[in-house]
Amino acid sequence: MTWIPEVASNLAGKVDGVLWLITIMSVVFFVLITVLLVYFSIKYRRRSENDETPYITGSEPLEIIWTVIPSILLIVLFVHAFVVYKDMRTPPEDAVDINVVGKQWLWQFDYYNGKKTLNELYLELNIPVRMVMRADDVLHSFFVPQFRVKQDLIPGRYTQLWFTPTKVGTFDLFCAEYCGTGHSKMLAKVVVLSPEAYDIWENGTQVEEGPAVAGLVPAELGEKLYKEKGCNACHSVDGSVVLGPTFKGLIGRKGECTDGSTYTADENYIRQSILEPQAQIVKGFQPVMPSFKGILSEDDISALIAYMKTLN
Amino acid sequence: MANNTIAEHVYVPFLEEKKGLLSWLVTTDHKKIGILYLISISIFFTLGGIIALLMRFELLTPVADFVDPHTYNVLFTLHGSMMVFFFIVPGLAASFGNFLIPLMIGAPDVAFPKLNIGSWWIYLIGTVIVLIALLQPADTGWTFYTPYSATTDADVVLITFGVFVLGFSSILTGLNFIVTIHKMRAPGMTWHRLPLFIWASYATAILQLLATPVVGITLLLLIAERTLGVGFFDPDKGGDPVLFQNFFWFYSHPAVYIMIIPAMGVISEIIPVFARKPIFGYKAIAYSSLGIAFISFLVWAHHMFTAGISEVAATIFSFLTFLVAIPTAIKVFNWTATLYKGSIQLHSAMLYALGFLFLFAIGGLTGIFLGALASDIHLHDTYFVVAHMHYVMVGGTVMGFLGALHFWYPKWFGKMFNETVAKIAWFLIFIGFNVTFFPQFFLGVQGMPRRYATYPEEFESLMALSTYGSWILAVGLLLMTINLISGLFSKEKAPQNPYGSLSLEWQVPSPPPHENFEEIPHVTDWTYGYGKKS
Repeated sequence: MTWIPEVASNLAGKVDGVLWLITIMSVVFFVLITVLLVYFSIKYRRRSENDETPYITGSEPLEIIWTVIPSILLIVLFVHAFVVYKDMRTPPEDAVDINVVGKQWLWQFDYYNGKKTLNELYLELNIPVRMVMRADDVLHSFFVPQFRVKQDLIPGRYTQLWFTPTKVGTFDLFCAEYCGTGHSKMLAKVVVLSPEAYDIWENGTQVEEGPAVAGLVPAELGEKLYKEKGCNACHSVDGSVVLGPTFKGLIGRKGECTDGSTYTADENYIRQSILEPQAQIVKGFQPVMPSFKGILSEDDISALIAYMKTLN
Repeated sequence: MANNTIAEHVYVPFLEEKKGLLSWLVTTDHKKIGILYLISISIFFTLGGIIALLMRFELLTPVADFVDPHTYNVLFTLHGSMMVFFFIVPGLAASFGNFLIPLMIGAPDVAFPKLNIGSWWIYLIGTVIVLIALLQPADTGWTFYTPYSATTDADVVLITFGVFVLGFSSILTGLNFIVTIHKMRAPGMTWHRLPLFIWASYATAILQLLATPVVGITLLLLIAERTLGVGFFDPDKGGDPVLFQNFFWFYSHPAVYIMIIPAMGVISEIIPVFARKPIFGYKAIAYSSLGIAFISFLVWAHHMFTAGISEVAATIFSFLTFLVAIPTAIKVFNWTATLYKGSIQLHSAMLYALGFLFLFAIGGLTGIFLGALASDIHLHDTYFVVAHMHYVMVGGTVMGFLGALHFWYPKWFGKMFNETVAKIAWFLIFIGFNVTFFPQFFLGVQGMPRRYATYPEEFESLMALSTYGSWILAVGLLLMTINLISGLFSKEKAPQNPYGSLSLEWQVPSPPPHENFEEIPHVTDWTYGYGKKS
């Protein structure tokens, strides 16, 4: 376990500089106070009820010293943190824009070249990016610890943050503003690729393929997609009800819809629920499922259906 | 009585004046009202604490195997709401403030005794309303951020209305204390002879009076949003979700000073007594309370650096936040200096005061990480904030509260508790608290977000350590509670002034009679005249 996440963006090292400076100053003062407390408590412990103590009420020179010195140190800290902050809030002219939509409880990324991804953000190493973000329902927050960036997503408004990824790898993206039942499941992966690998991804098919899907049988791919595309935020596989019907025993299930019609959960019903979720909602559930049109390919949908069949 | 002797004044402890539950519920004696608050806030502290233990039990493992995520969200909403609104805001002010203020200034009671008992009833009604709201429990967090709080399927209206009602208890208590301190000081009790707990209570009362109405109105706006669909916070209707945060924190930041300033006042009373030395820097401490109260109104948006506020606004609020650190640091240095060349007795009350200094230093210093712009971006909404706030609220306020309980226990209840058990309980509380919350600083730096029911496996070992700490803390608190309650049943009566304090409340019997003073005292010196004047 490391003390601090790895430095994977151009801003992270600067933020860490601020963290270290404050840490050192805090430790110095903390140790000073603690040592004095313990030392005084022992050295001046009561020896008898008749101990004589001096009538000391204060010292103006001391008051001035311990007002002025901390004030100077605090100003230094403030200025240093402000300078780094200013950099964090000033995207360079050549930053590449990526649109981010946060909605309960998944992350949608729309790239300038028309690609869309869900819960996976693809970035090119050393290319500065600017996240142009909005929320579709309630507040969310984009937080990548290894980049040291965070900004809320707000309905009705765009917010932005920028950074340059400086390490190839996969990093965690957390939602950092409480947004309801699926808040702790609103996770994504940030995949930083070398320029060559990014090229391959960028020129790939309309719907991204994600790492290593080759070699998986449909049901295995389906299980992978179930976890990576956010289905698990609302649908369980163990029979419990989260926000949507459980996938356990779903295939072949019959029941009533909110509009009075009846449904049978066959392949067509599943496909329709993924592409047009409001069409036939199971009675007792809210119309909150987003559409995955353009996000899941027909192959993906088939894989998910295959996975669901294993849950019967 | 047909004789010319003056009727003998027989001492009746206030606890024995007028018996029966009903007389307690309509009492106008500030000392009994303080007990009513003490019992109420202690019960809710216990309930809020049990909820915390449940939360930490869930967090032992990374998956939701004890409660489901929705239930976890309800639990943390309840924990925060109960601890903030039922326990810590009324807290020291309503319990010890009520008991001590008239006694310390040489008055027979507060300025408005009937308003005082009224305030307690309002408090009770507010808590009952919030508890009824549990039938459709809110899962919004105690901060009720919009749009989630305006749209979630829970009885947000009732819980926020309950909090609205509770606010009046705070406002009216603040009003009462301000008038009392201005108008009812005994002859000779000038402002600069007042005990520092009074200065602290005064600053707190101003905050209660001026800040609380803002949260009251804010909650009414939220209720209007939910019931009338007005759209204050709805962008589709021209409103702004972030507006709620500004309104909410305009109160809630001063509120955290309502929480800590009385505890600081308690520390200023305990240390001189158990070090047998005058408080070091009386005026610096007195005026820093007022300074902190004033600046506290100017820093609210430091809770919102990532909320979409402008960079200019963020910079200004960060600067002002650093300003408020200065009077706070001054106090810590002055308290420490009071120990120099003292005659220090490590009575349990003094252990709580020293514990406060240690823990509040950590809490205050970690606030700097959050007030500084660049570091806050990384740490906001992580466990670092959870750790910071518990260090100041529990390590600070609760330690101050427990110190006050152990210090004034003989005076208030006329009994003594077992001092050895008290020390052991203190030790368990101190260790348990640190084991619970210190790892959370590291969790926050590593990026563990707050309000997560489930979490990545890499955080499991520190999360589990934190949970084990909560068990030690719980045992310590339980032991302390048993000790204090059994002391009430002991036969031994407390002496009038077991610790040799010079403050007015220790110059009357333990417990005081209903009218406090047989004769209103005439004050000629401040209350910190310990030690040999050379």
